Amino acid sequence: MKTIPVETTINGDSAEFLCHADESLLDVLRDRLGLTGAKEGCGTGDCGACSVMLNGRVVCSCLVLGVEAQGAEIETIEGMANGETLHPLQRVFIEEAALQCGVCTPGILVAAKALLEKNPDPTDTEVRYWLAGNLCRCTGYDKIIKAVQIAAAEMRGA
Amino acid sequence: MAFDVKAERKFKVVGTRVARPDGIDKVTGKAAYGADISAPGMLHGRILRSPHAHARIRAIDVSEAAKLAGVKAIVTGADLAQPEDEAFADVAINCLARDKALYDGHAVAAVAATSKSIAKRAIRLIKVDYEVLPHVTDVDAAMKPGAPVVQEGRALENVPAGMSQNVTTRYQFGHGDLDAGFAKADRIIERSFKTAATHQGYIEPQACLASLGNDGRGEVWCCTQGQYMVRANCAAALGVEESQLRITASEIGGGFGGKTSTFIEPVALALSRKAGKPVKIVMTRDEVFKATGPTISTSMDIRIGMTRDGRITAGRGELRYSGGAYPNETVDMGAQAAFAAYDLEAVETVGWNAMTNRPKEIPYRAPGAPTAIYAVESVVDELCQALDLDPLDVRLLNAARKGTRSSYGPTFNEIGLVATLEAAKAHPHYTAPLGPNQGRGLSCGFWFNFGGNTCVSLNINDDGTVGVVEGNPDIGGSRASISMMAAEELGVPYDKVRTVIADTSSLGFNDITDGSRVTFAVGLATIEAARAAIREMCRRVAKIWDIDEEAVIWEDGCAKPAGPNAGTHPPMSLAEIAAIAGNTGGPIAGHHEVNADGAGVSFGVHLCDTEVDPETGGTKILRYTVFQDAGKAVHPDYVEGQMQGGAVQGIGWALNEEYIYGEDGRLQNAGLLDYRVPVASDLPDIETVILEIPNPGHPYGVRGVGETPIVPPLAAIANAVSRAAGVRMTELPMSPPRLLKAMTG
Amino acid sequence: MVRVKLWGSLRALAEGQEWVEVEARNFKELLDQLVIKHPGLEPQIKRGVSLALDGVIYREAWFTKIGPENEIILMPYMVGG
Repeated sequence: MKTIPVETTINGDSAEFLCHADESLLDVLRDRLGLTGAKEGCGTGDCGACSVMLNGRVVCSCLVLGVEAQGAEIETIEGMANGETLHPLQRVFIEEAALQCGVCTPGILVAAKALLEKNPDPTDTEVRYWLAGNLCRCTGYDKIIKAVQIAAAEMRGA
Repeated sequence: MAFDVKAERKFKVVGTRVARPDGIDKVTGKAAYGADISAPGMLHGRILRSPHAHARIRAIDVSEAAKLAGVKAIVTGADLAQPEDEAFADVAINCLARDKALYDGHAVAAVAATSKSIAKRAIRLIKVDYEVLPHVTDVDAAMKPGAPVVQEGRALENVPAGMSQNVTTRYQFGHGDLDAGFAKADRIIERSFKTAATHQGYIEPQACLASLGNDGRGEVWCCTQGQYMVRANCAAALGVEESQLRITASEIGGGFGGKTSTFIEPVALALSRKAGKPVKIVMTRDEVFKATGPTISTSMDIRIGMTRDGRITAGRGELRYSGGAYPNETVDMGAQAAFAAYDLEAVETVGWNAMTNRPKEIPYRAPGAPTAIYAVESVVDELCQALDLDPLDVRLLNAARKGTRSSYGPTFNEIGLVATLEAAKAHPHYTAPLGPNQGRGLSCGFWFNFGGNTCVSLNINDDGTVGVVEGNPDIGGSRASISMMAAEELGVPYDKVRTVIADTSSLGFNDITDGSRVTFAVGLATIEAARAAIREMCRRVAKIWDIDEEAVIWEDGCAKPAGPNAGTHPPMSLAEIAAIAGNTGGPIAGHHEVNADGAGVSFGVHLCDTEVDPETGGTKILRYTVFQDAGKAVHPDYVEGQMQGGAVQGIGWALNEEYIYGEDGRLQNAGLLDYRVPVASDLPDIETVILEIPNPGHPYGVRGVGETPIVPPLAAIANAVSRAAGVRMTELPMSPPRLLKAMTG
Repeated sequence: MVRVKLWGSLRALAEGQEWVEVEARNFKELLDQLVIKHPGLEPQIKRGVSLALDGVIYREAWFTKIGPENEIILMPYMVGG
């Protein structure tokens, strides 16, 4: 099978890669670009651990083809901090113990950031429904929801 | 190592909420999990699995696959050793089948190739000649004479003659005169229960990168709860010496007991040895469900007698568990835990294990206990309803306490059950008003907790910081707690301590991370190692001050004269002592090796409010509160995290999670869409109340906390649903179709 | 002499006895003497048993001291998850 050349933008930087037609964006990020922050939890779009932003939308990168990145703007967890300054969500997650094993955390942070960009003052219910596509098995979600709210308040206030 | 009663201490670090050391790596995506590492020249491994629930493997023809360009090695069961030890042999055969495929998904062959897609194509070219055999997937059916036999000759000596060969073990526990006890009861209720198998549901599938030379030296990077266990299993399965294998544990994306054995590492090593290159294997989610280690499935009968004022006079349970296609002892823990919360004059539990054509069970958080306690707590609750008694008062009346002879034998020391029950009774949740179709339920929970083999090495660095080296993968935030205990003992700030997890070549043997053992056992070994380092630092300072060793004490992170007779010497800080270590004898360290005993049991109580939709049978959790005895909460955030996480796993187990088998013996729902775990929108906040009744077996009073919280939810929800919907659910999960059927008759 | 309690299903392998008396000063001697007195117990003891001594579980520590004044209960060797 021949590889297809793709030009795209990832976390603000231009990037080029070759991939096969049947490779997912998740495969490309992890195996070809060394961006292992997005995780494969299921490969079928059911767990959200592979969440990234594609042209401003949260998507499961396991359900996107690598070639669909052509000309697109992609944001992954690796682009969330600004140099050594963590995004408020990242910092608050640590402070509020909103992660245990951490494998769902990149996906949840990407999704939570997208929510707050769209709705800076969500209710708990809105946060829970927005994050319903991101499975977490360790925390029971309680501290995650609280951390999102604390970060949201800080981002509104700042 | 006994509780420091004399200390009565004001902890400076323990009990505070510090930032965990792995936090930044995890929120930035830098943390390296099992599948995140690659090696130059690496091959991709892929496993061929049986599509039959039970089949003899007559022949495997790999010739077509071997011809495919890019295929560098193919292995079958014949490429693994045949360990003499039964436990190791079962693991090896489970990794690659020998003469029979024992369940749908059992590995039969594996391929290593230069790309994932070539490996995938290659396994489809392997031809396996199966003779399909009759199968059995239900535990009761497996126990009947004439049931298809999964394995022959595996019954232990405790199994009575004349039973199906699938029955591998029988246990019995208890004391007292049951007949007399039941005769005293005003009301007796007897119920049968059935629960489906569930899965630990960790979000990270098993993954490893392995390398093995034909000189017997190898390395493995893998996500695991025990790198020493991986080493032992791989050494046995590959026929190499343990010391020649170096196993490094990656960050782990969830374990809960499901990563306490090996499924792919021996296969990757065998492929690597044949191919002469490193091999990476990552399980798909489908493979995780079919071929890792789900829980037992169960069938249980419980009989309990109670007086009209709520005193339990007798309790009897028969538990029939199936741990899949291999012998399994989980039922002995279920049988011992079943009535553990109660002070009973007459109690008996009998437990059986029977093999079925299902994957090999491995532990899941308090293995054996959740299902047994679900059954017992349901019957206790039904008796409360029948006799119109308050369920909390009945628990208090019958609660085990210090001096109670437990249902499994030993007499209890100081335990926290009464304290948790009283906390629940005093809590506003217990008396909050309820509306239509709503009901409140409660349940007690219990787990033994264990200690185990542990090594810790603590190094005083030349810059005055401290390095702790321990050997237990961190599944709950234990690195933070270990650093906190070291900081507490040494009297230095938390951020001066760094705890790392060693590979198998860098530290002595450690038992797996299980049994809620790490904060307890690694904690106490760390405290001992710190005290050894302190003794050495005091010895050095005594030489500098030219006084006796006994005249130097350690306080607030400094060596000080013990009293005015020792002379006036300004205190020397750890950093000052470290800076001149080279002059005073060399680098300073403390270490401790122990097989820790004295772990304290942990009791918990859960309160749950549910609302049942009479049209759909759907259950909504309105409010949930977890009360648990932690002994001493080293890091309260992480104790709360264990309580909340375990409770939610129990909620999933009660309401929706199940292994569904078809008539053909194949798993029908091997994915996260149809194996339905709780999502954020299913749940309310999970409130937590931590109690601290110190464990006399640990210097700070620590009890394990990780496992107990999964135990109460099953019955708490069943009891709440019973009051919300007016039906008693004796089958788990209480999914909407089942509940609707029960309600509409 | 110490008295040790056997769990229900072990008793059949010890001529039905719930309590067994043996001469032993520690856990290892206890196990060795039990096997000598009741060879039927050997398979289970080989697989693994733990000792509950006055309510504290000792999973496999041979040199745990025991005496006639202690409550000594045999338990199966257990694991967690």
